[in-house]
Amino acid sequence: MTYIAKPKFHHPGLKKNELGYTHRDYEGKISTLCAGCGHDSITASIIEACYELSIEPHRVAKISGIGCSSKTPDYFLGNSHGFNSVHGRMPSVLTGANLANRDLIYLGVSGDGDSASIGFGQFAHSIRRGVNMTYIVENNGVYGLTKGQFSATADRGSKSKKGVTNTDNAIDLVAIALQLGATFVARSFSGDKSQLVPLIAAAIGHKGASFIDVISPCIAFNNHAGSTKSFDYVREHNDAVNRLDVLVGRDPIAVDYAPGTVQVVEQHDGSKIALRKIDADYDPHDRLGAQTFLQKHAAKGQIVTGLLYVDPDAEDLHTHLNTVETPLNTMEADTLCPGSAALDKFNASLR
Amino acid sequence: MSDKKPLSSVNDFVVRFANVNGSGSASANEMFARAILRHGVPVSPRNIFPSNIQGLPTWYEVRVTEDGHLGARGGVDMMVAMNPQTWDKDIAGIEPGGYLFYDSTKPMPSTKFRDDITVIGVPLTAITNSTYTDPRQRQLFKNIIYLGSLSALLDMDPKLIEQLIGEQYKGKEKLLSSNVHALHLGRDWALQNLKCPIGLRVKKTDKVGDRIFIEGNSAAALGAVYGGATVCAWYPITPSSSVAEAFTAHCKKYRHDPETGKAKYAIVQGEDELASIGIVIGASWNGARAFTATSGPGISLMTEFIGLSYFAEIPAVIMNIQRAGPSTGMPTRTQQCDIIACAYASHGDTKHVLLFPEDPAEAFEFAAAAFDLAERLQTTIFLMLDLDIGMNHRLCRPLKWDDAKQYDRGKVMTTEMLEEGRDFGRYLDVDGDGIPYRTYPGTHPTKGSYFTRGTSRDRYARYSEEGSVYADNMQRLVRKFETAQDLVPRPLQANAERPTKYGVIYFGSTSPAMDEAIGLLEARGHQLDRLRIRAFPFHSSVASFLAEHDFVYVVEQNRDAQLRQLIVNENGIDPVRLVPIVHYDGTPITARYIAKAIGDHQDHLKVTPLRKAVS
Repeated sequence: MTYIAKPKFHHPGLKKNELGYTHRDYEGKISTLCAGCGHDSITASIIEACYELSIEPHRVAKISGIGCSSKTPDYFLGNSHGFNSVHGRMPSVLTGANLANRDLIYLGVSGDGDSASIGFGQFAHSIRRGVNMTYIVENNGVYGLTKGQFSATADRGSKSKKGVTNTDNAIDLVAIALQLGATFVARSFSGDKSQLVPLIAAAIGHKGASFIDVISPCIAFNNHAGSTKSFDYVREHNDAVNRLDVLVGRDPIAVDYAPGTVQVVEQHDGSKIALRKIDADYDPHDRLGAQTFLQKHAAKGQIVTGLLYVDPDAEDLHTHLNTVETPLNTMEADTLCPGSAALDKFNASLR
Repeated sequence: MSDKKPLSSVNDFVVRFANVNGSGSASANEMFARAILRHGVPVSPRNIFPSNIQGLPTWYEVRVTEDGHLGARGGVDMMVAMNPQTWDKDIAGIEPGGYLFYDSTKPMPSTKFRDDITVIGVPLTAITNSTYTDPRQRQLFKNIIYLGSLSALLDMDPKLIEQLIGEQYKGKEKLLSSNVHALHLGRDWALQNLKCPIGLRVKKTDKVGDRIFIEGNSAAALGAVYGGATVCAWYPITPSSSVAEAFTAHCKKYRHDPETGKAKYAIVQGEDELASIGIVIGASWNGARAFTATSGPGISLMTEFIGLSYFAEIPAVIMNIQRAGPSTGMPTRTQQCDIIACAYASHGDTKHVLLFPEDPAEAFEFAAAAFDLAERLQTTIFLMLDLDIGMNHRLCRPLKWDDAKQYDRGKVMTTEMLEEGRDFGRYLDVDGDGIPYRTYPGTHPTKGSYFTRGTSRDRYARYSEEGSVYADNMQRLVRKFETAQDLVPRPLQANAERPTKYGVIYFGSTSPAMDEAIGLLEARGHQLDRLRIRAFPFHSSVASFLAEHDFVYVVEQNRDAQLRQLIVNENGIDPVRLVPIVHYDGTPITARYIAKAIGDHQDHLKVTPLRKAVS
């Protein structure tokens, strides 16, 4: 058996959130990823974000494709339904699930192989449709499960563990997401939990397509000199545009952060994102500006992190389709079936 | 001068229109078919069209059939030859004694002509040019003008055609009056200049009854509405696109909340077939009834997800409107060629449920039933139509619905059941029928959640690569498939008047041609029992039928006798006893074809062996 259950005992004094849940209630099974994998740090950040938001764990649907990253939903929110679908197809499965029941929270977890290669199309189309989801790419630039091939996000000129130089240009999923109309776009680093946790929390609160690209070094195949997705490289080249905190609407809003200016963004669900701007000129409401900013810094070899763009008034796919508020999966024949009288009329029109 | 007596027939002939794609002839040709229906005479029309928007040849064939034969007959009694490009071929297809109707504005094209047909010329271009100045009007009204001329030649009641035009252009008075005017231009010219009527005639009768005239794709889409589908994801592909388009139209009519105007459905045109089936699977996993419609190439793309549906046990409904393959094949021609591809779709050991409706009425019923079956069996259900049913209007019995019917949502464990302490194992066979319980996401804070995956897992959905655990699961899936035998529509058997040791198996769109062929075969002295298969897995009565007959013909519209292969594979029968009768040129199979193929084989069987003859 490769299934590893987590021991059920826990410290009785664990801190509880507003709903009375502890961190343990947001955990899943024990990770079978390599020790030190960046993905496990992202898992920890998701757990932290959901705990802080006081989300009911079972109201989250966590959906992934295939690969190291896609295994991670098994490691958080153990009382949630999970779906490890097929390689690169998480976005379509999530879209369908979302259409069936708009009341749940949808967390899509994917990898760079998953989203930038085999599932590039599905990534793009779920973003452009505005599916209400939090789409996290755990981006290590390498195929870990098949032992070290470059992925499409590997930078040109970066080296594999075997010393091979990548000659293909990299796909920047953040730049693509901005161009496709994602209404919440961020990048972070798995090793920067203080930045990542509020980003995930804010993305969950966002109504619309939220996309977070998380650089997540692969300890086994992409954490060496010459890699641009290693812990050392990302730490040295990380350029954060802002730090943020998420303030849930029911809490008193007290914005008193220093240094730098603070910008508060109120989202659809009433939550507020307090942005501590590190770059004083950075405006996260300017899609075009974000694209330019990103490209300028990429040319300098810098990895820009933080909340890069947000549209607080975003609409989602259900709005576009004008669907009813009642979840479609709750409807039965009395609501859905036009009945025999309507059919008789229909028959009459065909003679 | 014709050297053969012109054909003479009342309410029993075939008219074929040869046109150019994009010339606007479709609505006039369809109106011709509908006008005959209004005379109370059954018709069986078929579109024969190219994979092209404009410029290539297209045909529309109307079989006028007082006896109610709804299959294609073969042969043409009257050719309305409006396409010079296909002139020679069109003329060659006319039955001896038949009629050629053409535009006589220009001299007849030089060709080696036939003496055994009657040529009828109407100067259509000259009439339109003298009446209309706009080029588009000239083109469109030419079609209505030949409709008018034909109405006179075939002795049709013009009032019935005017009534149809009135219905089509209701509220558009200008179009209505101009179309009626064009109709009479053609009709009056024919009455004044030709000998009307000819030998082929339409006479009022009452042979249509309460039957309806509808395309299979539209009926299947309505079946999805009645069956409770709320999510449709699709990607355009001929001949299935009209399923999604019809579903959209039906939903706009029936599925909007009267108070808010909001939609009780969601339709997404996916970026491809992979996304479409992915959306269906995601929605179904989350408890909504969802479907997609596609054709063979789409099935190829969907197979990975179909395997996931089978192994992870997620409901899905796929409407496969088959066309001629392999690869792009003949995209606008009909076949029944995806049987094997769908029955065993995806890698590994898989088996899928297939439903084979024979006409639009069954397409409606089976489409609605497919959602019950998908949820009951928690797997993919294929509704196997083909272009001949899907994109052609068919006469069929009225659609029926029982208002007492509730949807069968299958084995779903609810919050209450979990609270009672019921043991929930996602892949636990509690009832011995191979079907486990599932829960919808969000059901309970601490119970009932599980992880869905395409990898092997144990009965409690825990990832496992243990061989025995995997085999246990695969065996349960076999049990589930056996359970399906009694849930799917059963075969329908009809026995010959006299006891016979010969039988015939057929399915789907072959049905009307088969019904007619039986009569032709009886006339040749051949008696056959019939079994119409309506679903896979095969019910035990299929094996019984095979056991009861020395030889069984299997009639199908593909090259490799795919249904026969499936029967052999699933029943372990000696293949020699199953005689393939196949037709695969992309046109619908005809009664004549079936009767000849089976009749010739039967004649051969009846030859007395030499050893017996001399002893």
